[in-house]
Amino acid sequence: MKSPIMLLTLGMLWGCANHSTSIYQQLGGEKAIEQIVENFIHEIQFDEYMFSQFKDSNINRFREKMAEHLCMLADGPCQYTGDDMQTVHEGMNITENQFNHSVDLFIKAMDKANIPHSIQNKFLAKIAPSRKDIIYR
Amino acid sequence: MRKRTEYLLTTTALLLLGTSSLCHAASGKLIGTAGLSQIEGSGGGGLVPWATLTGYDSQEQISVNAQYSQANLDNYKLDVLGVSASFYDKIEISIAQHEFELKDAGVDIKQHIVGIKYKLYGDAVYSKWPQFSLGVQFKDIDNGEIARAVGAIDSDKGTDIYLAATKVHLGAIAGYNAVWNLTARATKANELGLLGFGGIENGSYQLMLEASAGLLLSRHLVIGAEYRQKPDNLGLGEDDWKDLFISYIPSKDISFTIAWADLGAIAGVKGQQGLYFSLSGQLR
Repeated sequence: MKSPIMLLTLGMLWGCANHSTSIYQQLGGEKAIEQIVENFIHEIQFDEYMFSQFKDSNINRFREKMAEHLCMLADGPCQYTGDDMQTVHEGMNITENQFNHSVDLFIKAMDKANIPHSIQNKFLAKIAPSRKDIIYR
Repeated sequence: MRKRTEYLLTTTALLLLGTSSLCHAASGKLIGTAGLSQIEGSGGGGLVPWATLTGYDSQEQISVNAQYSQANLDNYKLDVLGVSASFYDKIEISIAQHEFELKDAGVDIKQHIVGIKYKLYGDAVYSKWPQFSLGVQFKDIDNGEIARAVGAIDSDKGTDIYLAATKVHLGAIAGYNAVWNLTARATKANELGLLGFGGIENGSYQLMLEASAGLLLSRHLVIGAEYRQKPDNLGLGEDDWKDLFISYIPSKDISFTIAWADLGAIAGVKGQQGLYFSLSGQLR
């Protein structure tokens, strides 16, 4: 029983020591976020289930606003100029299932941008609180 | 009897592998945050029922899961076959069959467990507070001779009630996702109910605490530990159970768990340790 506890403690300490750099920096800055958004759009385009939700969207606006929003959530040096999440998703009636599926696609987008597993999770932790403003609107 | 179990096992395994690729299974959750079941058939870790349901279903989905598990100890062997269905990420119904072999005596004890779990609050991954669920396990022993012989008050039926809290913390430990679970169980069961319910030392419900902690090393690999407190109603020195486990989850349709289990004294025979193996799959 001793070793898992030690592992956890070490992990926590390591986690603390790393707090000085923002998730934005850990991800690899603007370039990495742009890459993730690009990959995410690509994933949606090839996903029957999601594509129907986006087929009338302005992709260029989506690309720009999503990158800004992600940059802001990652504590990067960006100003999000779009509408708040609640307004954006108003009337779309996104189900929990669709949301969770888009998280899977987002993870794929991060994988393809070579974002390390641990940084992916920290980023997801920043994004997760938005869920309540997105689903069933 | 052995033949039938093996047949059932093979059929279940084939069914799992076959159907997993054929139909579109429920997939509304993060991989590694669902799809595991415990020894009494409920969604959970190997030993402990969790607040999470077995399936990957979200509020719009139904999922059906099956498991085969085996604990091979020095003097005993437990085979578990189970099927469970979870509805709209709200209610889970499970059925499990235990076949407990007393290796030295060459005798089997059989038990059936029907479980119902109701999610009270939350989402283990996304809500601020842990997910809470309330569950009941109805246990029914087929052959109670051994339970009577060791002094159980009831050698036929018993019911456990539990309240569980589970939380996944994204990126919590050096960027790895961590999961913990705490369960409080009111029970009279001796060794899961295999040795009946209640005994000369105690005949009434007692509150037992169970806990699990796990670290998701990747989207497909979880390591962790579990602890399950148990009553000693029979006065045979029944021990708390503990295990260290590793789960491999190649897809949302199937998962494999191997654990090192330390189950202490069972029916007075001390030092029961061994490997626990579990295969579970999502049928839809």
